[in-house]
Amino acid sequence: MLAAGLNGSHLREGELQLQVQNVNLSFGGVNALLDVSLHAYQGQILAIIGPNGAGKTSLLNCISGLYHPQAGSILFHNGATADLTKLPPHAIARLGIARSFQNIELFRRMTVLDNLMLGCHVHMKTGVLENLVYWGRSQREEVEFRRHVEDIIDLLEIEAIRRKPVGALAYGLQKRVELGRALALRPALLLLDEPMAGMNAEEKEDMARFILDVNEEHGVSIVLIEHDMGVVMDISDRVVVLDFGAKIAEGAPAEVRADPAVISAYLGQER
Amino acid sequence: MESGIFHTTYQRDMALRHTPAQWVRLALVVAAALAFPFAANNYWLTLANQIGIAAIGAIGLNILVGFTGQISLGQGAFLAVGAYSAGILTKQLGIPWYASTVLACLITAGVGAVFGMPALRLKGLYLAIATLAAQEIIEWGILQWEPITRLTGGVEAMNVPRPTLFGVRMNTDFNFYWVTLLCLALTVILAVNLFRTRTGRAFVAIRDQDIAAEVMGVDLFRYKVLAFAVSSAFVGLAGALTAHYRTIISWERFTLETSILYLAMIIIGGLGSVSGSIYGAAFMTLLPAILQNLGRSLGGTVPNIAQQIPFLQQGVFGLVIILFLVFEPEGIAKMWRNVKDYFRLWPFSY
Ligand SMILES: Nc1ncnc2c1ncn2[C@@H]1O[C@H](COP(=O)(O)OP(=O)(O)OP(=O)(O)O)[C@@H](O)[C@H]1O
Ligand SMILES: [Mg+2]
Repeated sequence: MLAAGLNGSHLREGELQLQVQNVNLSFGGVNALLDVSLHAYQGQILAIIGPNGAGKTSLLNCISGLYHPQAGSILFHNGATADLTKLPPHAIARLGIARSFQNIELFRRMTVLDNLMLGCHVHMKTGVLENLVYWGRSQREEVEFRRHVEDIIDLLEIEAIRRKPVGALAYGLQKRVELGRALALRPALLLLDEPMAGMNAEEKEDMARFILDVNEEHGVSIVLIEHDMGVVMDISDRVVVLDFGAKIAEGAPAEVRADPAVISAYLGQER
Repeated sequence: MESGIFHTTYQRDMALRHTPAQWVRLALVVAAALAFPFAANNYWLTLANQIGIAAIGAIGLNILVGFTGQISLGQGAFLAVGAYSAGILTKQLGIPWYASTVLACLITAGVGAVFGMPALRLKGLYLAIATLAAQEIIEWGILQWEPITRLTGGVEAMNVPRPTLFGVRMNTDFNFYWVTLLCLALTVILAVNLFRTRTGRAFVAIRDQDIAAEVMGVDLFRYKVLAFAVSSAFVGLAGALTAHYRTIISWERFTLETSILYLAMIIIGGLGSVSGSIYGAAFMTLLPAILQNLGRSLGGTVPNIAQQIPFLQQGVFGLVIILFLVFEPEGIAKMWRNVKDYFRLWPFSY
């Protein structure tokens, strides 16, 4: 049985949830991450910013197990503690970490509903034989999780498109569905890689509202990569700045914005 | 109780059929299938059995290729595993034909799972080559490998005892029709159920975006191997039915050419469609029969056409596949959906 709500964390507000410790990642000669350390806390929104190629996505990939850093550890606390660098992605999902991707990675030929139902995969219990038979446990499970998924559909205001194949949807809606799929996992920690990139102002505003909703109303911790400084300043509790794979600043949004190292990193990019 | 009402609503919402028209259509199909053997002669009954068995094998292959996105050139070999397992179990151990059929499904599932393991590392063309190796290894085992050839008879065809039920011989075209129909109906129901629940969704997710599937908690290795196993179980069923229906098994039926024929079936019928697998099986079984009849009736007027038929047949096969790939890559299933859409709006369609 799935507990109610969208938050899968067992921690209390403000407890240490994620510890990235001295992570080093390189591809051939390129250092994507250089001795990066950071903390994330239950119930907070942590923004990761930095110029193009700074290593933001690489860091998220390390957390979700797609990349394995050459050195360092990533500890995730949720009752028990696990080192994520030693786990495959599907095991990390089981711990309650869900994410979206910079370039939407939805199941394009599946409907919105099925994309979200797949998000519940780790919580579902039925096996292949029960699924083949359907009647009985499988059907009950489908109904139970359908209810959970419908809550998310309501939250994200995508009722009208629930039966549409995702590939046929507009870009902004796809971004929203991808958030929905991650939420369906009932994440303890939600990783969002540029959830507002490529959106118009109105879509951005909607997305910001959804993210705040998920964080404030449901208490889900979020690590967010975003280029739009306005958005970052508005919604994040703390900001970490990466440049050329290294952490160059960390702190409250206003502090970070005033940091000379950050300003020069961004100016360097514009030049 | 409020939640009770919700419950039935979602349950109804998840049903496969919603409108009366859909129920009527299903009833018509069932009625036609039940009435068919009483109206058909032996020729048509033979074709129906062939189509039914091919459809089961095609659904099996489609689960792997169309739904999970894992290409396989080993279909012929997996059919062989089903056929020979059923044959050997019944012939050597005296296990009743229906029991050996069930066991053959399990054996083929196991063999399929083993040969599916490279799928963790290999995709696309590389996986195609790995499954081609499976095809060749299994064929070699059946034909050459001493401990196995003692059972299979190697290149010699293998005779299987006639299936009987309560003293009635079952492998007449009429009687076996019911066996085929029952197995096909079961296969369809199981496959449709699979793809509206957890496991099938994971299969389709792997096809559409395997990295995202893994990040959402789908264990790729486990589910790819599972897809091979489930697919092979149905393919094994088709193989076992072939053995008991024909009571003779010869390896020529299970070569690479068979693998390719089945791939053509699901491409023409519709990748990732259960009903499409049936259309494809029917099409690929009927096409040669039609060409043969055509040749025979033209035999009087066009001299030497009879000798040309096999070549013509190959040519037409190829042509049809190309035409489908170009004009309707989603196969007959899609064409049928278009027809239904047309009539749903009729007479206001344009
Ligand atoms: N799979 C990979 N193979 C080789 N190099 C990679 C790979 N992934 C990332 N890199 C390199 O690591 C560096 C950091 O890339 P990353 O995608 O993490 O940057 P980013 O901060 O997300 O940038 P953007 O804002 O453009 O998304 C870049 O130099 C990139 O080329
Ligand atoms: Mg990035």
